[in-house]
Amino acid sequence: MYISPEEIVETLTMITQQNLDVRTVTLGLSLSGCTHPDVEVMAQRVYERVTSAAEHLVPIAKQIEREYGLPIVNQRIAVTPIAQLAAATDAEDLTPLAVALDRAALEVGVDFLGGFSALVQKGTGDGDRRLIASIPAALAATERVCASVNVASTRTGINMDAVLQMAAVIQDTAQATADRDSLGCAKLVVFANMVEDNPFMAGAVHGSGEPDAVINVGISGPGVVRAVVSSLPADADLTSVAEAIKATAFKITRIGELVARETAHRLGVARGIVDLSLAPTPAEGDSVAEIIEAMGVGRCGGPGTTAALALLNDAVKKGGAMGTSSTGGLSGAFIPVSEDTGMIRAVESGALSLEKLEALTSVCSVGLDMIAIPGDTATETIAGIIADECAIGVINAKTTAVRLIPAAGKRVGDRVHFGGLLGEAPVMAVNDWAGTVFARRGGRFPAPLGSLRN
Amino acid sequence: MHTPAVVSVLGEDRVGIVAAVATALAEAQANIEDIRQTIIGGIFSMTMLVTVSEDAVPFDELQRRLARTAEDLGVQITLQREDVFRYMHRI
Repeated sequence: MYISPEEIVETLTMITQQNLDVRTVTLGLSLSGCTHPDVEVMAQRVYERVTSAAEHLVPIAKQIEREYGLPIVNQRIAVTPIAQLAAATDAEDLTPLAVALDRAALEVGVDFLGGFSALVQKGTGDGDRRLIASIPAALAATERVCASVNVASTRTGINMDAVLQMAAVIQDTAQATADRDSLGCAKLVVFANMVEDNPFMAGAVHGSGEPDAVINVGISGPGVVRAVVSSLPADADLTSVAEAIKATAFKITRIGELVARETAHRLGVARGIVDLSLAPTPAEGDSVAEIIEAMGVGRCGGPGTTAALALLNDAVKKGGAMGTSSTGGLSGAFIPVSEDTGMIRAVESGALSLEKLEALTSVCSVGLDMIAIPGDTATETIAGIIADECAIGVINAKTTAVRLIPAAGKRVGDRVHFGGLLGEAPVMAVNDWAGTVFARRGGRFPAPLGSLRN
Repeated sequence: MHTPAVVSVLGEDRVGIVAAVATALAEAQANIEDIRQTIIGGIFSMTMLVTVSEDAVPFDELQRRLARTAEDLGVQITLQREDVFRYMHRI
């Protein structure tokens, strides 16, 4: 079998001109053997577990990157939700565990480590309570650690007490990192239907149904899809557009499949999933919004955007599902505002509002993501936004999430700057008609009829 | 260990490109299985299917040698394991 020069040139063009890369190779690690009643001893065990298990992760990923001539942008680690370890200790402040994870991430050379997390969709245990209370201080004291809390699921409904609590935690985290444009909130995700094998930050955790160590890979490639869609004639019908996206998604996914196989084999750990998500970056052209615009919508956010995104998301899954039998994670197009220059442009031109973004989350992955809002937004308003997003996830049996940054001291029109992959974002207007009663009713939003599947 | 790989060369046409690349490969005991070469609008384009003998010269060392060759010739040369293309373009 010979590979034709055209095929070789196509691959090289995707890599060199269209930002084709593997977005992340994420090592999932169980920390269940690290528990100890003394939180400092537990922190030391966690540090040793992560540094020994992940010692070769970055060198191996770099070696694969060189041999295949294929950028692997990030190497990351996801660990057992720390609230599960917290049950073993009675320490109120769990920041020492976050600090140990941060040191371990630095030692092995990864930029983010996820799992300072709790799952409270049906109720909040004592370990969960202490973890959630520790989040603002933990995110202020660390650089690489990411936190996430699952407050809802289709099987259980929405824990509305946890929703309100997380709204306050988001505000406290914004204040605790006010000197860095409230950066802590960029590392904090509130989920409905959290998945246990997501390789992407900030919401990655290593779930309880996973093996001790596993490699999960997140693909990328908005730039490649945009280039393919742009090359179609303006009168190409949407079936042809979907077909072109599907064929491209297949190729992108095969790259992820290859890297997942090689990394897991060389590290000697289980091969997990390939996450078929189109993840944008602040690099020019590497934008999901620009794919929507290449499909013909005047500006992302305009009428037609939800339909275009739904078609894109579906075509990526169809092509991707042919490319790997190990689909998993979030697997959908991401629409983080700060990390996508096309989204930022759409917001600044008035085409894209928070409400339209909410509508988009019903047809793609994953939720209201990396959106800066005014620092003085009320707790009840943030809780209402989280509840709305959870309702979309719970009723439609999909993952949804909220990663809002109520930027301390900032107003609509100001900007926050995080740098690197987290990018920058304009502060967006928020509908302030939430009232003060709904979010404070608390209790459990019952599981929907759709949860009765058996 | 014998590793199938693809060498791709792209750049302004000049005398001696094929010779220089082939010499670098021969010195590394890398066997050329197939060559396709063309000139499009004055741009030299060549793809080679090769087998790298990693026991003689490791993959990354051959990459470094080819990078030096590329610098001498003023062209772009990449050496990649062949599976990346097979995975992407073949079911």
